[in-house]
Amino acid sequence: MISVENVSKSFVLHNQGAARIPVMAEASLSVAPGECVALVGASGAGKSTLMRMIYGNYLTGAGRILVGGTDVAAAAPREIIRLRRHTLGYVSQFLRVVPRVPTREVVAEPLLATGSARDAALARAEALLARLNIPERLWSLSPTTFSGGEQQRVNIARGFAHPYPALLLDEPTASLDPLNRATVLAMIGEAKARGAAIVGIFHDAEAREAICDREVDVTTFTPGAAA
Amino acid sequence: MMELAMDAAIGATAGTTPLLRVEGVTKRYGARIGCADVSFDLWPGEVMGIVGESGSGKSTLLNCLAGHVPPDSGAVLFDTRDGGLRDTLTMRESERRMLSRTDWAFVHQHARDGLRMNVSAGGNVGERLMAVNARHYGRIRAKATDWLGRVEIAADRIDDRPTAFSGGMQQRLQIARNLVTGPRLVFMDEPTGGLDVSVQARLLDLLRGLVREMGLSAIIVTHDLAVVRLLADRLMVMKDGHVVESGLTDQVLDDPQHAYTQLLVSSVLQV
Repeated sequence: MISVENVSKSFVLHNQGAARIPVMAEASLSVAPGECVALVGASGAGKSTLMRMIYGNYLTGAGRILVGGTDVAAAAPREIIRLRRHTLGYVSQFLRVVPRVPTREVVAEPLLATGSARDAALARAEALLARLNIPERLWSLSPTTFSGGEQQRVNIARGFAHPYPALLLDEPTASLDPLNRATVLAMIGEAKARGAAIVGIFHDAEAREAICDREVDVTTFTPGAAA
Repeated sequence: MMELAMDAAIGATAGTTPLLRVEGVTKRYGARIGCADVSFDLWPGEVMGIVGESGSGKSTLLNCLAGHVPPDSGAVLFDTRDGGLRDTLTMRESERRMLSRTDWAFVHQHARDGLRMNVSAGGNVGERLMAVNARHYGRIRAKATDWLGRVEIAADRIDDRPTAFSGGMQQRLQIARNLVTGPRLVFMDEPTGGLDVSVQARLLDLLRGLVREMGLSAIIVTHDLAVVRLLADRLMVMKDGHVVESGLTDQVLDDPQHAYTQLLVSSVLQV
């Protein structure tokens, strides 16, 4: 479902003396439907960079990144937009929303974008919010004023609203209490069971062991380290 | 499996004809470049942002695309309802005027440029309906009331003139006036410029909802990167009349390639 083939990347900082910083070389990994793969490696090793390259918000220097048959590294913007709408979900570490939009709508949005009926989308959103222990009195408020943990759970609810065949999870269990953490792990398990291919970053080793089938150490993709 | 089949169906209906195809649009003011050799395709349902500093040519480009300023060279092809892709620059004036009343809309930065200030709010919305041959007074008024509601203007303000409205309300009225005829393409020039941030947020929410519900495409010129991040699928960065970078909005903002875009992105103050 997700296949990263010989991918490399450099950043060029034009305003800092055009410094060229190679950050990744010869990265390869593949994730089958129903499989969860953890990216591991020290902070700064490139876990988030690789994840963003798969999502397409970082450009890929060389190589191919196939998600459900679309090569993200070469696709036109509108192909990536379609891929993200239907196939590829992403739970980032931080919630980014239009201010003033009620939480319920924020969570329902991926469903509305794929053409779900409004009532069904809102009902699904409410069920997810309830499951993640977001109090009902908050559903009609914008999440911008919520606590870090609450925002994180709203972000997870949104990321799991639509049954994406491929999912990217960046620290989905960070800043959650044990109960909510268990809920999120159960949701990831259910996504695997329905056949989703998942790539995740988990600093929480227990969570990683509970839910991931394999680990990929991204430090082996650090330029110069492969040899 | 059913899901995949459905995706394929949605993909197929997305079509293979862009809504707007821009080819080599160039406008000079004497020796000075307004915009130079701009080309892109805009697809149905897409929102494209154009960013750049003052004088970068983004408003000139928008005015060239919308037919307000004739470019010196290039083509602006629009997927017309009856004739497919046609160059709007070589169309008859009457055809272009019809297009700008029906399938196109233009939201100005200053609401007073897009509204008739001495006509009531209801009249401002109704006028555009009458321009496409709506004649039944009751139906026009009902539709105007409906649209005022959608942009969150109370029904009891329908007979007030826009001069009695706040800046944010005027801007929402301008949007209602523009969208009442169900356009397929909306041009917006700094739609949130000059508004308080709280009013901006409300307008952004409104625009996003309308874009999704009506499935419209939009080209939004702004200098506000936060606005494009929330509204635009794609982004074009202009400097000195040239497009220096374009791509998916989050890609251009998170991994900018051109020196100018890197400077632009790194210059935003964090709140």
